[in-house]
Amino acid sequence: MDTHDVVVRTDALTKRYGDRLAVDAVDLTVRRGEIYGFLGPNGAGKTTTLRMLLGLVRPTSGEAVVLGGTPGTPEVTHRLGALIEGPGFYPYLTGRANLRTLARYRGLPESRVEEALARVDLSDRADDRFRSYSLGMKQRLGVAAALLGDPELIVLDEPTNGLDPAGMADMRRLVVSLAEDGHTILLSSHLLAEVEEICHRVGIISHGRLRAQSTVAELRGASRLRVVAAPTERAMAAAARIAGEGAVALDPAASDGHALIVEVPADRTPEIVAALVADGVAVHDVRRTERTLEEVFFAMTGSDRTEAELLEAAR
Amino acid sequence: MSTTVPLPTYRYGITRVWRAEIFRLRRWTAIWILTAAWLLLDSLFTFVFNWVSYASGSDNFSNQGVSQEHLLASILPSALAQDLPQGMPLFGGALMMVLGAIVAGNGYGWGTWKTVFTQGPSRASTVLGSILAVATTVLALLAVTIVLDVAFSLVIAGTESQAVHWPSAGAMAKSVLAAFMVMELWTMAGYLLGTIARSPAVSIGLGLVWNMVIENLLRGVGNSLHAVAVVTHFLPGTAAGSLVGRLAGMDTVNPTPGVLDTLGTARAVVTVAIYLIGLPVLAGWLLRRRDVS
Repeated sequence: MDTHDVVVRTDALTKRYGDRLAVDAVDLTVRRGEIYGFLGPNGAGKTTTLRMLLGLVRPTSGEAVVLGGTPGTPEVTHRLGALIEGPGFYPYLTGRANLRTLARYRGLPESRVEEALARVDLSDRADDRFRSYSLGMKQRLGVAAALLGDPELIVLDEPTNGLDPAGMADMRRLVVSLAEDGHTILLSSHLLAEVEEICHRVGIISHGRLRAQSTVAELRGASRLRVVAAPTERAMAAAARIAGEGAVALDPAASDGHALIVEVPADRTPEIVAALVADGVAVHDVRRTERTLEEVFFAMTGSDRTEAELLEAAR
Repeated sequence: MSTTVPLPTYRYGITRVWRAEIFRLRRWTAIWILTAAWLLLDSLFTFVFNWVSYASGSDNFSNQGVSQEHLLASILPSALAQDLPQGMPLFGGALMMVLGAIVAGNGYGWGTWKTVFTQGPSRASTVLGSILAVATTVLALLAVTIVLDVAFSLVIAGTESQAVHWPSAGAMAKSVLAAFMVMELWTMAGYLLGTIARSPAVSIGLGLVWNMVIENLLRGVGNSLHAVAVVTHFLPGTAAGSLVGRLAGMDTVNPTPGVLDTLGTARAVVTVAIYLIGLPVLAGWLLRRRDVS
């Protein structure tokens, strides 16, 4: 990979608070133009890691290189925008005045303020005081502030916090459109569906350690073919002829025993079906199944309860 | 987002921060409330109460035993150099401490330090720009105070049919210098306390107790314990009170609380100057080094 394509790189980045290891030797790589999802449960170390990338927190050990420079230096910070752990604004100022203040910090013309407000659909309420904003409006103003300098890298820490479902969908569309415009997005979230839907690559952090870093597809692994056919023995033999002996097994979840699981790439599905039909097997159902990111996440973060189960338990 | 506007360079950070901080400080109601409180107290204690006492021929708590002639002379234009900084070591300083504490301390509570530290200027530029903006606010407040004091003294002179005599330029310059140094000292004390406490409430409480109570108690103890008296000579209140007493003059007949003659001129100037340099340097060092969470 060309080093110019790497926007964020960390090498054994570590932060310790007394006896507590908040971030433990994290090696993170964010590539130019991608939406990188930084996924982890609450308290996993996401925000601390992002704070180190922004120069707000000093690492205990390890190194981070952001946009080719040291986090927190002017050479870096004037090229990035960030919304970190909730928006921090002056409550007595209006939304517009808050952005005008930050535009002065950045030496930007006021036209940028209007563009940013329009982009997050906050122009109509821009003259209300920040303290009167709903949580969702505060989040949107935070995103507008991150966009002010037209930055190369945008760091968004839980940007959909406090948004209603429509607002969350709007935010996802905004993030995708920013990436389409050439921005690199580093997005932290604990919302699996959100990350799965919009992120190109994902890093999963748990207890301060980066458990995995890859594309969503790679993390979910190869898809599998589930075939319901009879007679089962003849179906297994036909499938094994195409996919290999070790790639075919009965589906243990199937109660009637007629379902097979075939580990085979998607482009070989027609061959499997043709072989089954040629051997006189009655094919009742063929579908591809994939592990969800949620299953991957809970496997890596050590929790055996799904998000739905956790929600159910919380009720 | 449009890319037609070129990205700015990251130079000139202090100027940009100063402009931004001035922009937001002048829109902050709390600053105007502090300004109004200071101007009201300055008007009442420097002019209104004394003028009412003179006009009615009655004594109040602050002018018992003072002759009518002395009372009138103390509120005419000729006494401006002495009048201007009289209230600043005590209640002016307390209000300025609140100013410094809310500017620095609220940055933590509102999360605005983390926001401004990621806008481009370095942390050093951001802190220095912020401190300069606060100093500018103090200068503006001082300018308004001068205008108000001149207006009051002229109205009194006109009403009482007194000739208008102005203090010398040198006396006025020393008075303004003393006033600014004292106000800025307490502002920076508040700024440092707000930074240490990461909160305006705790720092205001601590600062006010120190300014209004502790130092006075220590000076009282110092009257009987020499070792404590020596320590009090290095305290900011003693230095600020002495600076006003020495540079602007002290009304020995009707002394203002907080205005002292404990230290000599040079010692008072040097001590205040050390605080004026040390307090912001310490606050800046803390803000630059600390993790922002």
